[in-house]
Amino acid sequence: MNVVGNSALHMLLAQAAVLHLDRHSILHPAAPQAGHIEWLYWFIFWILLAVFVLMIGAFSRAAGKTRVAVSHPLPVMEKDEIADRRAGWGVGLATGITVITLFVVLVFSVITGKRVEGLTSKDPVTIQITGHQWWWEVTYPNPQADQTVTTANEIHVPVGTPVVVLTSSKDVIHSFWAPNITGKRDLLPGYSSAFWFEIEKPGIYHGQCAEFCGLQHAHMGFSIVAEPVDEFKAWEQQQLKIAAEPSTSEAVRGREVFLTHACLMCHTIRGTDAGSRLGPDLTHVASRNMIAAETLPNTAGALAGWIVDPQRIKPGTAMSPNPLAPDDLQAVVAYLQSLH
Amino acid sequence: MAVAEPILGNDQDTGQSVLAHRLARTWRQPRGLWGWFSNTHHTDIGIRFMVTAFIFLLLGGILAVLIRLQLVRPENSLIGPDLYNQVFTMHGSTMIFLFAVPMMFQGFGVYVVPLMCGARNIAFPRLNAFSYYLYVGGALVLWGGFLTNTGPDVGWFAYVPLSGPAYSPGHRADIWSQMITFTEVSALGVAICIATTILRYRAPGMTLNRMPILLWEKLVISLAVIFAMPAVMIASGLLLLDRLVGTHFFNPAEGGDVLLYQHLFWFFGHPEVYIIFLPGAAIVSTVVECFSRRRIFGYTPIVVSVVATGFLGFSVWVHHMFATGLPQLSESFFTAASLMIVIPTGVQFFCWVATIWHGRLQLRLPMLWCFGFFFVFLIGGLSGVMLASVPVDLQVHDTYFVVAHFHYVLIGGALFPMFAGIYFWFPKMTGRIADTTLGKWHFWLFFIGFNITFFTLHFLGLHGMPRRVYTYGPDMHWHGLNAVASSGVVFMTAGLLVFLVNVFRSLRTGETAGNNPWGDAGLEWSMSSPPPPYNFLHVPTVGGRDPLWDDPPDQPVVVGLRDDIRETLVTHSLDADPQHKDEDPGPSIWPFLASVAVSAAFVGSIFTPWAVPIGAPLVIVTLVGWLWPHGPSPTPRPAEEV
Repeated sequence: MNVVGNSALHMLLAQAAVLHLDRHSILHPAAPQAGHIEWLYWFIFWILLAVFVLMIGAFSRAAGKTRVAVSHPLPVMEKDEIADRRAGWGVGLATGITVITLFVVLVFSVITGKRVEGLTSKDPVTIQITGHQWWWEVTYPNPQADQTVTTANEIHVPVGTPVVVLTSSKDVIHSFWAPNITGKRDLLPGYSSAFWFEIEKPGIYHGQCAEFCGLQHAHMGFSIVAEPVDEFKAWEQQQLKIAAEPSTSEAVRGREVFLTHACLMCHTIRGTDAGSRLGPDLTHVASRNMIAAETLPNTAGALAGWIVDPQRIKPGTAMSPNPLAPDDLQAVVAYLQSLH
Repeated sequence: MAVAEPILGNDQDTGQSVLAHRLARTWRQPRGLWGWFSNTHHTDIGIRFMVTAFIFLLLGGILAVLIRLQLVRPENSLIGPDLYNQVFTMHGSTMIFLFAVPMMFQGFGVYVVPLMCGARNIAFPRLNAFSYYLYVGGALVLWGGFLTNTGPDVGWFAYVPLSGPAYSPGHRADIWSQMITFTEVSALGVAICIATTILRYRAPGMTLNRMPILLWEKLVISLAVIFAMPAVMIASGLLLLDRLVGTHFFNPAEGGDVLLYQHLFWFFGHPEVYIIFLPGAAIVSTVVECFSRRRIFGYTPIVVSVVATGFLGFSVWVHHMFATGLPQLSESFFTAASLMIVIPTGVQFFCWVATIWHGRLQLRLPMLWCFGFFFVFLIGGLSGVMLASVPVDLQVHDTYFVVAHFHYVLIGGALFPMFAGIYFWFPKMTGRIADTTLGKWHFWLFFIGFNITFFTLHFLGLHGMPRRVYTYGPDMHWHGLNAVASSGVVFMTAGLLVFLVNVFRSLRTGETAGNNPWGDAGLEWSMSSPPPPYNFLHVPTVGGRDPLWDDPPDQPVVVGLRDDIRETLVTHSLDADPQHKDEDPGPSIWPFLASVAVSAAFVGSIFTPWAVPIGAPLVIVTLVGWLWPHGPSPTPRPAEEV
């Protein structure tokens, strides 16, 4: 139950962060990768600002110096060898400075690229992220099948530990992007690739799909919950368990409703007959802060609304409406809320 | 083929008005509705390209207003995801394929290039007219689809597999890929016309070394079009095959490749940026020279830069694909190439500064728009330096930062020079000068509105707002910046309305222009405004880079071209020596009919592969009519020789 307490604490933390634009910003890095990139961004920014000021200054000076306010066409100036030679030096000098500046940008860019990409640790946590229209399947692969954690949209990682992300997509191209952590990486069907990051500060970081992927591209968020190693281990152990037996009669009835309606066509609840992998794994759905890929908070009301009419909240989602009787609905919600 | 050597001699003709009368009769375009569709003169077709493209600028602008209205507050329910995805796809496709290229490359090119060359018409005038109708066909298909709720909704880039048969059932993506085919065939046709005109129709004496910079840029762009467009036509063609007959070029489940599509698309897509920007730079070079009242500084560096841009434009496409996870070494290569392309653009900027610095600046309306271009494009170019860097790009790619960047580049590189060009050549096209006061209102409203909207988008991108989202939650705190961005739209819209008022008022009551109201150097200013149907009474000869400034009043003209048939002079592609005379094929309805047949085949192939075997014979019939020989030209009567 420690885990639940912690996620509640993280909820609070997240809500505090929400007051600012920082929660989803490349200018507030929480990982060394995003930090290196932010440094490079500002480095290039100040160079370019200087270039901008110089260029605007040159245009203003030229215009102010030579402007003549008459409306009829003035006679054309004769060729002026001296002026042309001076202009030639000016243009040559400016071009030379441009080349040097660009070279500096190139060098720092390549150096930063190496820093961001090179993995130093040999003992990382590996996470497989698979894109679906419109949610993220998250697994923690393990050679032993029963030691593999499967969840959705909420990615738990230990702080201070390198995390290797393996990417793939089940349908169209998506792009995995948590701006405070590192740059984005496309999830391409038919390709798998890997990148890594490491988070320094505990917290909840927001991410979102960055490659247009269809109707609900806007509602394809995820969160990264970075927590101390021991909390992460506890979370992992909890996630490995099969679903808890419902403890109230309402929840028992809810499980009955779940297994006799359309729910089991798409979802898995380990420890029950529901084993389809089309939709998110719901074995520990109550441990997650949000549902429907960061679209709704994981509350009884939101769950009920989502189950009855997901098409109203997220038009085009693969989940079909479930016109359940009120007490059936209440029971299912009670059951899902018991799945910690 | 009989090659007649034209005689170069002094213009001592006393029967000028007789000659003008005869030429007008020979080069007259037919009247009436039938005549309208038969017209093959480049000034008419060029203006049609511009007017049509401008209409699509306005339509694309209306879609942009819808986008800004939808995003003005979080969880807005003005338009749902289905319509929103159509709207932003239509906005991008319309602006790129139906506005920017047809306006900047085809419109200005078809109108100005033959006049600047000293030619009586464009080369292959029927192909030129055909290209216009095909462009209109593509535009009607795209907008017809949108208005019947079949507008494409997969983005202007239509990445597979989202646009493939599995994830885009129906005909929306087909409409997009066929629109590509239409507009790219049109651009290819015009590229061939313009390249040929520049290489073979230049006035005697206009050697490559004396060619106006605008002609250099149009030549480079035409060649870029010829190399770039086939790539996107292959991409959209293979996509159509996947969708129509079940091939698997892009289906990963059957060994197809989704990255292949991106390579093909961006191999076109990045040169496309230069196809849009170089015509703008060409206009700026022309206008800066005219209103600095001196010869442009750095003719040779500018020309070399333009040619270099044409080449380098083909080596940077991968910077659109950094996030796909390519190996570091290849990414560094494309970073270097993307940074390198800044150099030629920088050189052009420095030469423009130098020209103004050592000139005598007259800040007339076209020049004001050039200053707008300097400011806006500079910001776009500098943020482009950031995007060339892989690590920074991985953060801001596909966010509103990129949206801000390319609007600074494209509106800066195309729209600002376009207005400069319109105000500059408006007197030539209409015979009247556009009103300066209204033009200034237009400028300041548009300039301020543009910067309010698009500068703000940089911040949205840095704070993580991805592109192409139809809505966002209130917890993201993006609504303040979005509201600011949307408010700029009011100013831009007002600016465009002022422009329309200015055009319609000036058409009727504007100050009459005369031949050369700005005192510019180009050959297009040597005839009356608007130009007569034969363009030049006598095909001119040229003795310098700035003909009307350099050449004496008694500069020789070409005589010996017949006035009873549409004879044109063909010159050597390098040194513009007269080589032989060619006959302009004249007005014809067949290019229009051919475009209708081709359009029918293209549209039909959205629905059934049978459209190709049925459509092809129809196209062949129209081509036979088009190419039907008209028999030998009448032998010249000695009495009519001037």
